[in-house]
Amino acid sequence: MKFKKWLSSGDPWVWINAGAVSISLLIVAGLLVLIAARGLGHFWPKDIYQIEYQIGSSTENIIGEIVSKNKISTEQFEESGLGIAPEGEEEVERWLIKTGNREMLSFDFRWINAHDVKSISTPDDLVVIERVEWGNFYGYIKSIATRDGRSFTDNPWDILIQHLDSLEDIKAEIHIIEKSEIGRINYQLESLRLKRKGLALDNLDTPESLAEITQKENALQEEFEVLQAKLFELYDEVAQDKVTMTIMDGREKTMTMDKIVSVLKPNEKTVFSKLILYFVNFYRFIVEEPREANTEGGVFPAIIGTVMMVMVMSIIVTPLGVIAAVYLREYAKQGAIIRLIRIAVNNLAGVPSIVYGVFGLGFFVYFLGGNIDKLFYQEALPAPTFGTPGLIWASLTLALLTLPVVIVSTEEGLARIPKSMREGSLALGATKAETIWRVVLPMSSPAIMTGLILAVARAAGEVAPLMLVGVVKLAPELPFDLNFPFMHLDRKFMHLGFHIYDVGFQSPNVEAARPLVYATAFLLVLVIVILNLTAIMLRNRLRERYRSLV
Amino acid sequence: MSINAELNSQSQVLKNPQVRLNLKDLEVSLRVNHLNLFYGEKQALYDINMDVPTNCVTAFIGPSGCGKSTLLRCFNRMNDLVDDVKINGEILIDDDNIFSPKTEISELRRRVGMVFQRPNPFPKSIYENVAYGLRLQGVRQRAILDDKVEWALKGAALWDEVKDRLKDNALGLSGGQQQRLVIARAIAIEPEVLLLDEPASALDPISTLKIEELIYELKNNYTIVIVTHNMQQAARLSDFTAFMYLGKLIEYDNTDTIFTNPRKKQTEDYITGRYG
Repeated sequence: MKFKKWLSSGDPWVWINAGAVSISLLIVAGLLVLIAARGLGHFWPKDIYQIEYQIGSSTENIIGEIVSKNKISTEQFEESGLGIAPEGEEEVERWLIKTGNREMLSFDFRWINAHDVKSISTPDDLVVIERVEWGNFYGYIKSIATRDGRSFTDNPWDILIQHLDSLEDIKAEIHIIEKSEIGRINYQLESLRLKRKGLALDNLDTPESLAEITQKENALQEEFEVLQAKLFELYDEVAQDKVTMTIMDGREKTMTMDKIVSVLKPNEKTVFSKLILYFVNFYRFIVEEPREANTEGGVFPAIIGTVMMVMVMSIIVTPLGVIAAVYLREYAKQGAIIRLIRIAVNNLAGVPSIVYGVFGLGFFVYFLGGNIDKLFYQEALPAPTFGTPGLIWASLTLALLTLPVVIVSTEEGLARIPKSMREGSLALGATKAETIWRVVLPMSSPAIMTGLILAVARAAGEVAPLMLVGVVKLAPELPFDLNFPFMHLDRKFMHLGFHIYDVGFQSPNVEAARPLVYATAFLLVLVIVILNLTAIMLRNRLRERYRSLV
Repeated sequence: MSINAELNSQSQVLKNPQVRLNLKDLEVSLRVNHLNLFYGEKQALYDINMDVPTNCVTAFIGPSGCGKSTLLRCFNRMNDLVDDVKINGEILIDDDNIFSPKTEISELRRRVGMVFQRPNPFPKSIYENVAYGLRLQGVRQRAILDDKVEWALKGAALWDEVKDRLKDNALGLSGGQQQRLVIARAIAIEPEVLLLDEPASALDPISTLKIEELIYELKNNYTIVIVTHNMQQAARLSDFTAFMYLGKLIEYDNTDTIFTNPRKKQTEDYITGRYG
């Protein structure tokens, strides 16, 4: 009886409700914590261990980071032939060591048995070198040979730091020449080549105009050669300083300093200086370009690509959705046909996104883009300009995908404007269109923003359709630069969502890439949160303005 | 009732009892001829004939649902917004039928302004509310707008209260101030006729008094048609009163006549409170 009373009191129902909410919250929080912990841990400068390891009767030196530890049962361990388990133990502990030095050791990760470790230490003078190629290098500095022929073996660390610092300026100069200057010249040369072709197509290729183009081309060519000569000179200059390292098995490796991205002695760092390094690493992850098939370096182009695509999409989808909603709500005669259209629009939101991708490829890229090329970029054919996947098509495809969201919430906003507002405007001699533009739409702007927020949240996380209409593994150029017209919406771009997939599943070095998957996922969430917060702040300001409707 | 008594005594100061206006002597702003109005199949107005005199206050009284608001909304064709409305007959303004297809509705509404029952300022600044109608007409020069806004707010007896916060949101004003703002908005475009649809019914007594004083002032320059539930208000304010019942215009005459010596029994019953 008491139980029945408890049931009818409604208490269990409240408990179920509260339980459902807490489970949802836990799942979301767990997801964020996992991604953040795994992803952000990657930037912490880890200690390097020197391990004396027993294999049979001989011992071997291993140098590297301990990436993870796990336990397997003794039975499984012995069946797999991984070694001899110690007596009486039910489980065997195994460590995954990142040994780096990929070009010398042929594998940069290896599993070892914890019970075979004879001794483990963290010598202060162990150095980790982040390189442009071949991943991390772990070892001791043996000697340094500078360009003036001197060689140092005493206190080589300080000399190495000194020399690397002195190379920074030259490297920066090389970067500018490679990325900006040569990029600009190539861009202009390409424009001239297209212009020449265009003139030929229009039968305007008079000797004078051709001569003018040739003259410009020659000027650029000269400029290019000067730059190239300078670049080679700089290459030579940075390649003269060399450092010789000893690795764990005693072999030596000499490398030129231009291949070094950064050097670090993590074992001698205090927690505080590691913390600073942590933020430096995180910052570099955000602003640097990827290297080594995306398994190293940063994700800057992917962030830019994601943000730009979302913005272009917003610019396309907002007016389109609002105009459509205004027609459906304000002008169309409400009836069976409009109801049907509304149902169709709502159902568009349920179409799988890859289908949009296919549509985007077939209609936008091949049909629309192909025809734009035929009409306006004839001179570039057969190389397509817009008739190939690119940022604008990805944005358009996503705009189509998110259109229903914007239409539905705008319609709701329009329906909520009180009749008295419209009457007030009409009574002052405004036409219907004037009323919509001056009163109804401004008052609906918070609802429009809500639609846009939902659209951005959906679009920023979408990956599948993008693979068909514009996203690539590695984009050679950003979608904007200093070459007129600055925005190059025809270019292919990188995207954080696709980057996760690419790094996680397409990477040649899965172990090295795994933390990057989490870090990139974390960053994607961060970007979406920032985009959304911006929109939400904007909406709140609008709401404040149009609050307390009569 | 006591507040009404107070309002009455105040309005006596405003109103000049000696002058007894006669409809036939006055210039006519709006002339209604054989007006019938249908909502779908249902007839809402039956053969209305009346003249609205210029620069006078004409009040429509009658029980709820008698069609007084509907008739008022015919004058600026607000009924066009309702689906399925059929109108026959005519309303003449300067001898032009407002229902003729030649009529520019927005021009008509500029000439015949309207204030609604509940204050409906736009969620814009006070200034922009008043300037709204002017901007619609393409007035852009800041100086002209400033002048007109000040003039309209003064005309609506609101200037002194808001002159220091013209840029503030109009929704921050009190109900009475909002209603005067809406009146200012309406007179800013200098209409000939001002239609007031129960302009004080959503307001407190003090605000009501202010609105009534304002209406009294405005009648010097505008032809005013007011719909009201409050018979004392009609008696206080108006020069002429039309009593409507079930869509028909029962009696239309000088206000004093309607309230002291009605010709029809229905009018008398309503005035004395026997129904409605």
